[in-house]
Amino acid sequence: MYATNYHRASSVEDAVKLATANDETKYLAGGQTLLPTMKQRLAAPSDLVDLRHIASMKGISVNGGTIRIGAATPHADVANSKEVASACPGLAHLAAHIGDPHVRHMGTIGGSIANNDPAADYPAGLMALNATIVTNKRSISADDFFTGMFDTALEDGELVVAVEITAPSKCGYAKFPNPASRYAMTGVFVAKHGDGSVRVAVTGAGSDGVFRHEGMEQALASNFSAEALDSVTVDDADLMSDIHASSAYRANLVKVMARRAVAAAG
Amino acid sequence: MGMEGVGARVARKEDKRFITGKGKYTDDMVVPGMKQAHFVRSPHAHAKIKSIDTSEAEKMPGVIGILNGNQLAEDAVGNIICGWMIHSKDGSPMNMGAWRPLAQDTVRYVGDAVLIVVADTKAQARDAAEAVVIDYEELPVVTSAVEALKDGAPQLHPEAKNNQIFDWEIGDSAAVDAAIASAAHVTEMKIVNNRLVPNPMEPRAALGVYDEGEDHYTLWTTSQNPHVARLVLSAFYNVAPENKLRVIAPDVGGGFGSKIYIYPEEIVCLWASKRTGVPVKWTSDRTEAFLTDAHGRDHVSTVKMAFDSENRITGFKVDTIANLGAYMSLFSSSVPTYLYATLLSGQYNIPNIHANVRTVYTNTVPVDAYRGAGRPEATYLVERTMETAARELGISPAELRRTNFVREFPHQTPVIMCYDAGNFEASLDASMEAADYAGFEARKAEAKSRGKLRGIGMSCYIEACGIAPSAAVGSLGAGVGLWESAEVRVNAVGTIEVLTGSHSHGQGHETTFAQLVAERFGVGLDTVSIVHGDTDKVQMGMGTYGSRSGAVGMSAIVKALDKVELKAKKLAAHLMEADEGDIVIENGELKVAGTDKSVPWFQMALAAYTAHNMPEGMEPGLKEGAFYDPSNFTFPAGCYICEVEVDPETGKTEIIQFVAADDFGNIINPMIVEGQVHGGVAQGIGQALLEGTHYDADTGQLLTASYMDYTMPRADDLPSFNVSHQNTPCPGNPLGIKGCGEAGAIGSPPALINAITDAIGNNDLTMPATPQRVWAALASAQ
Repeated sequence: MYATNYHRASSVEDAVKLATANDETKYLAGGQTLLPTMKQRLAAPSDLVDLRHIASMKGISVNGGTIRIGAATPHADVANSKEVASACPGLAHLAAHIGDPHVRHMGTIGGSIANNDPAADYPAGLMALNATIVTNKRSISADDFFTGMFDTALEDGELVVAVEITAPSKCGYAKFPNPASRYAMTGVFVAKHGDGSVRVAVTGAGSDGVFRHEGMEQALASNFSAEALDSVTVDDADLMSDIHASSAYRANLVKVMARRAVAAAG
Repeated sequence: MGMEGVGARVARKEDKRFITGKGKYTDDMVVPGMKQAHFVRSPHAHAKIKSIDTSEAEKMPGVIGILNGNQLAEDAVGNIICGWMIHSKDGSPMNMGAWRPLAQDTVRYVGDAVLIVVADTKAQARDAAEAVVIDYEELPVVTSAVEALKDGAPQLHPEAKNNQIFDWEIGDSAAVDAAIASAAHVTEMKIVNNRLVPNPMEPRAALGVYDEGEDHYTLWTTSQNPHVARLVLSAFYNVAPENKLRVIAPDVGGGFGSKIYIYPEEIVCLWASKRTGVPVKWTSDRTEAFLTDAHGRDHVSTVKMAFDSENRITGFKVDTIANLGAYMSLFSSSVPTYLYATLLSGQYNIPNIHANVRTVYTNTVPVDAYRGAGRPEATYLVERTMETAARELGISPAELRRTNFVREFPHQTPVIMCYDAGNFEASLDASMEAADYAGFEARKAEAKSRGKLRGIGMSCYIEACGIAPSAAVGSLGAGVGLWESAEVRVNAVGTIEVLTGSHSHGQGHETTFAQLVAERFGVGLDTVSIVHGDTDKVQMGMGTYGSRSGAVGMSAIVKALDKVELKAKKLAAHLMEADEGDIVIENGELKVAGTDKSVPWFQMALAAYTAHNMPEGMEPGLKEGAFYDPSNFTFPAGCYICEVEVDPETGKTEIIQFVAADDFGNIINPMIVEGQVHGGVAQGIGQALLEGTHYDADTGQLLTASYMDYTMPRADDLPSFNVSHQNTPCPGNPLGIKGCGEAGAIGSPPALINAITDAIGNNDLTMPATPQRVWAALASAQ
C-alpha cells in the first residue's frame, strides 16, 4: 500500500466537501474491494474519506411499501433485517450470501453498487427490483445507474446515500458462485412487481456487467413459473468467457439460475 | 500402552502455541540492525535483460543496497543445483541449464528474481524496486511441455535441445509390447495430471545475518530440512563453509514439499547480508508464493494396460511428458522418475511394465515434489486405468482389483520396488463395507428421483515412504543419503531432550516423538522435549518429506533410546546391586524384576551425572546418539471410496461420502494419523475437483496467481471423512511404521474422478473436475 491520508467524515456534506478537495480522493465504505486493491498497489488514492461514521447513511427503514437502506449499511444488517425479510425476502437472501461473514459485516450496499463489480450481487437485485439510488444530488433509477462494468452514472464526488425499493409482490435470487472467489459466476434476480410486470436481472455473466433479460421478463410476465423459461433462449454472444466459465456455460447457468430464482420466489 | 505412550490419542503439545498465536516463525525473528528486502522480479516469462538502471532507485529514502546477479557471480556464488542425476536411456546425463540465484542475462519465467533491494522498511524497499528500470527484450514463450518438445518451439536453455532435459525409461519395453499384442483386452487412456500450487499457510521467508567479527553466517528460513540447506549453501552455493554457517528453521507453517528446496531468495538474503553489512529479511507475500514456490505434478501421459482372458493384467505401458518449469529444482528430476514410475505396479501383480518419461523445460515456475511427489501421478494412472478397464470389461471395479491383487509378500515388482508387507483385500473389504457399496444402486435410484446423478468410484493405492536406503538411492543418482539421526540427552534431573534431524512443520513431532520416549521409560510427556530445526543443536539430519519422519526419523530415535536404556539399566543394576538382566523400566522407575527394589528414573539420571558411584569403566553422563539408514522403502497402502452427486443442470459435484481405509503399519498417535489423512484427502480432493493452474499460453503469465482464481479447498467443499485402519506392521523398521503423511493426497484423486465419471457416464474428464468441465462432459456424452 502506498501512503494515503485518512479522513473521517461526520456528515454527507462533510464527506462530499472532503472528497472534492482533491482529484485523487476516494470514498471508503466497507473497503472490501478498495483496500485489497490498495494493498496490492493497484490503486493509489491520495486521500480516503471514511463514510462509516455518518449516522444518516446507515440503517434500514420500511415505510408502507418502500424499503430504504442507508448506503453505509453492511450486508449483514440487510441479511438479518426482519423488515427486509418480510417485504423483500429475495434481497435478504442475496445479502446473506455475499462473500463470507467478514465481508458481510464490513462491506456495504453503497460501496458495492458504486463499485459495480460485474460479479457483485447487489446490482442484479437492485436492477430487478427497479430500485432508486439516492445520491447527495439526485435520485437515479437502477436501470440508469449501472452503466457498464465497474461503471456507474455517478459523477465525480457524487455520493450514494441510500437505496429505495418498492416491495415487489414476489422476488427471488439464485447464484452460482465462482468456485475460487465465490463471487457470482452467474446470479439471477427475478422480481414480480405490483403492476404485474416482471424484471429479470443477471450479474456475473454479462461482458459489460449487470443486464436485464427481456425474453425471460416477457415469458414470466405471462406465466410466472420456472417452466415458462423453458422456451426462452439465452444468447451467449454478450456473455463473459474466462478460465472458470465459457460464455456457453454461463448462458446455461443464466437459465438454470433464473429457474431457481423463480422457484425461490414461490 | 500408557495414557501418553505409543498408540494413545494424545492432544498435540505444540498446538497451544500455534492456536494462541505464540508460534515463532521466521518472519517473527528480529535481530539488531535488521533491514528488509524486496526482490525485483521479471514481469516477462521469457526475455533478455538488455540493461538495468538502478541509479534513481538507489537515491530513494531508506535504501541500503540494490544488488544484482553480476555481483553474485563476482563472489562466486554457485548455480542452483539439482540433487539427483538422471541419465537418458541413451546413457547421456540430463541436460541441465544454469539457474542463477539472480538472473544475469535471461529471465525464463514470470517471477524470476533479478535484483534484491535492501532498505530500512519493506515499503521503502518496494518503492525503490518500482524505481528500478530494466530494459527487457521479450522472447517467445512456451508453457506447455507437449508444445515445448516440438520442433520450432521457443528454446529455454542452450544445453537442452528442444527443451528436453532427459528421455528416461524403466522396465522391459519389448515384453510389454508383446503382452499388449497378445492381450485379450487393452485399455488405453490419455491422462493429464494437473499442475498444482502448494500454498502452505506460512509463505516462505529468510533472514540472513552475517557476523563480521566471527566471519559467521546465520540463516533463519522456512525449511523442511535445515541441514540439507546448510550442506547445499556450503558445498554448492559457496556462501560459507559449514562450520561458519548456522541454519535455523524455527516453527514452519506447512511445507508439502515446497520448503524442501533452497531457493534463490534464501541464498541471496544470506549473501546480501555480507555485501550490505546488515541483517537482511525477506518474507514472501502470497502473490510471490504463487509465482515462485515450486509447483507440483503437471504430467501428460498415455497408458495401455493389457489383460488376458481371465482379466489378469499382463502388461502396462506408460508414456509420460513431465513439465519441470524454467529451471531444474533440487529434486525435480527424481519426482517423475524414481518416485513415480517405480509405483506403476500399484497393488497388482503385473508381470511386465514399461514407462518412458521425457522431462521438459517451459517458461513456468519450476516444478518439484508436492505432497506425494510422483506417487499421486502413478496412482492416478493405475487407478483411473483399472476403473476404466473394469467398465470396458463389464465387471465390477472391486472384482477386477481382487483378480489382480498381490497377495504374497515380499513381492518384487518389475519396476525396482519390493513390497515387504500388506493386505490389500482387507482395506478393500473395509472400505466397501464402510461405504455400503452394496447399497449404492438404491441410493443412485433415489438420487435420480431428485434429478441428481450419483456415482461411486474407488482407488486402491500403494506408495513408497520412509525414503530411503542410502545406498539404493545413491545407485539411482541421488546426491545425498537418506538416513536420519537422533540424539537422546537425559538431563541430570531425569528430563529428556531428543534431538532429531527430522523437522516438524505441522506433523506433530513434538508429541509423537515424545510419546515414544514416554512409552519407553514410563515418564510423563512433559518431561520430554523434542529439539529440531537448528544446525547448531542437531549435528546433521536429512529433514522431513516423503512421509519419512516416522519410519526413518523415529527409528533413529529408537536406536538412540536402545543405547540409553542399556546404560540406564547397567547403572541401575549397579546402584541396586542387582543383575543387569533383571532390570525392568516401568512407570518412571527402574526395578529389579520380582523384588520390591527400585530406583526412580530421575535418581538414576542424577547418579549418572554425580558419578559418585558408577560401574567399573562406565563414563559419566547419559547421552546417546544414533544414525539409522533404512533397509527398504515402506509401503503404505489402502482403499479409498468416494460417492458423489452431480447436478446435471450446473455440473456441480457434491461429495456425499469419502471413505479412507489405510494400512500405515503401527501407529503412534491415531488422532494425528487421522489428521494427516484428513489433510491429505482434502488436498487430493483439491487437486481432483478444485485446483486448476492456468498460464496464458502466449504471454506465460500465471492467470491463477491469487485465491480469486485459484480454488483452494474449503470446509464446505468437503464431506466428513470416514477413516479407518487395517494395519499390517512394516517388517523393515523397529517400530513397524509405514508413514501416513502423503497417502491421502495420493489415493484420493482417482477415487473422486472415478466417481464423477461413473455418475456422468463419460470417462473423458480432466482434473480439476470443475462444474464447467463436468457440465461439458455431460453435454458431450448425451
